[in-house]
Amino acid sequence: MTRFENAFAKGPALVTFITGGDGDTAANLDALVAGGADVIELGMPFTDPMADGDAIQQANIRALGKGTRTKDIFDLATGFRQRHPDVPLVLMGYANPMIARGADWFAAECAKAGVDGVICVDIPPEEDAELGPALRAAGISLIRLATPTTDASRLPAVLEGSSGFLYYVSVAGITGTQTAAQTSIEDAVGRLKAASDIPVAVGFGVRTPEQASAIAKVADGVVVGSAFVDLVKEHGDKAAGPLRELTSALAEAVHSAR
Amino acid sequence: MTDQTPVNRPASPLAADQVNSWRALPDASGHFGQFGGRYVAETLMPLILDLEKEYRKAQDDPAFWSEFDSLMKDFVGRPSPLYYAPRMTEHWREKAPAGKGPKIYFKREELNHTGAHKINNCIGQILLAMRMGKTKIIAETGAGQHGVATATVAARFGLPCTIFMGATDVERQKPNVFRMKLLGAEVVPVTSGAMTLKDAMNDALRHWVANVHDTFYIIGTAAGPHPYPELVRDFQSIIGKETREQMLEKEGRLPDRLVAAVGGGSNAIGLFHPFLDDPDVQMTGIEAGGHGVGTDKHAASLTGGKPGILHGNKTYLLQDEDGQITEAHSISAGLDYPGLGPEHSWLHESGRVDYVPITDGEALEAFQLCCALEGIIPALESAHALAALPQLTAEMDEDQLLVVNVSGRGDKDIFTVAEALDVEL
Repeated sequence: MTRFENAFAKGPALVTFITGGDGDTAANLDALVAGGADVIELGMPFTDPMADGDAIQQANIRALGKGTRTKDIFDLATGFRQRHPDVPLVLMGYANPMIARGADWFAAECAKAGVDGVICVDIPPEEDAELGPALRAAGISLIRLATPTTDASRLPAVLEGSSGFLYYVSVAGITGTQTAAQTSIEDAVGRLKAASDIPVAVGFGVRTPEQASAIAKVADGVVVGSAFVDLVKEHGDKAAGPLRELTSALAEAVHSAR
Repeated sequence: MTDQTPVNRPASPLAADQVNSWRALPDASGHFGQFGGRYVAETLMPLILDLEKEYRKAQDDPAFWSEFDSLMKDFVGRPSPLYYAPRMTEHWREKAPAGKGPKIYFKREELNHTGAHKINNCIGQILLAMRMGKTKIIAETGAGQHGVATATVAARFGLPCTIFMGATDVERQKPNVFRMKLLGAEVVPVTSGAMTLKDAMNDALRHWVANVHDTFYIIGTAAGPHPYPELVRDFQSIIGKETREQMLEKEGRLPDRLVAAVGGGSNAIGLFHPFLDDPDVQMTGIEAGGHGVGTDKHAASLTGGKPGILHGNKTYLLQDEDGQITEAHSISAGLDYPGLGPEHSWLHESGRVDYVPITDGEALEAFQLCCALEGIIPALESAHALAALPQLTAEMDEDQLLVVNVSGRGDKDIFTVAEALDVEL
């Protein structure tokens, strides 16, 4: 079994996101694992995070402002893999930093660092050739996004060549802002699960254990990002404690939802 | 000019063998060679595909183009004149070696309603928006010219309009901000990043993602995800089509060289595209060289950048080795962008069009010369194209014909120019 399969085999999974290079990232990643996160998404900072709301935009600016480079992200991933051999690690970000030295270079670095999957916000299935083949050849899962605007005719294209899990973006919008209605999430997850064998994780706008629990009743995973990033902003280099606390509350809610 | 690219460089023979027509792209997937494409978040993909479908229908609909033409004529004031610039011609002929110094013509896009070529594209896109049943308009703007043009067509058709503008630009372009407000638009100051055009585009995209059901994004240049580069080019191609007819009428033949400034590149592609398959017509695109392409303060993405992905398309971008986008600089706010339209990247790599940088200082000189010699205050963007004249006129023969696209008028730039010349107003 892959790390993803393991993580989703135990029931609904908590997927957590923080931005690489923002705060004490290595300690923060450890805190997420200690709090009970099942899958870790590590954000690759980018100067122009077009799909992100204010919280993650600011985290990108803080990370880049501290001089965070692509090499630092892979160092964080390598260290994480050594400390946590079984927890799936996903790099999430935008196309340009991923292809800047060539997709093959990026995929090879991911494999070397022990990264399990990649989410690229601005490479839709239509442009898969840019990154998908390189990742698949290196054994890295390409995790695609489905959204409320992804209709039945597009869904097969989204699923084709994606693996690990499917990330359902529950609102048409940017990260950290609105929350979707529970009924619309239930409908969408039902539709996606009928079309695919891979787990479906739901994110965007999820902040509280109550929301997470409700989503975990219907989905295979719940993604929380901006709420963690806000804590890093608030506590700076001493965010590990608060991160662990929030993770525990969310993990408890997600794992006991069914 | 800071670059010594030979003016009469022939198109690369390799590229010429590979393409039957220079005007056949983008391909079905929206690419110009390796450039272009649709690099957007999944939320936007269905809308982008819808837009393409609707544009294909409009392309074949005579009623669409007849409404476009009618608005071009009576609302925009087209055709814009192709004007022989006698004193400019004489000035450079005197400085050129014997037998050199071509006849200089200006394509006078600055005489359009709202003072620039931007309106051509806005008319086309708002007609598409209405065909698609969209009820709200958004746009990004740098200096405010595209914002004013968008607010203008939104007012003309009675659609609510929101303009995203970097907070820095809101501060330094107050007259245009007020114009937009007079035209009924809401101007949203963008405070992310360096608070300029690139950030305004990011925030317009963010807003669009959250409002795709009822909102149409009028992108201001021939860039962004497919089909924007194609449709903006098609709407702006009226510039080149008119130039072609007007030159045939005046001189009985085609021009020998076309020159236009390239920020995103919509005025340049509009002038160039109808001539791309005429092998004897040479073309020069002018990039903003800022303080010089050897410094870190310029906006010459072809000269100083490399291919990458931003704002929905693959194109040349100013970036560091990690793929982080670097800030552009130009005295001209309309050229102050770290990328350019994907078709220009392709025309550059294939060798069909020459691209050269012009510095802030060279543009300022050309700006003043044009005022003094021709009684025309050009936009600082257009002044970059005019600044290519010293080199081009020295290399072109006396009996040759040169067309400069005067893409906009310079009233908006007088404060910037005064400051650069240390003049207190």
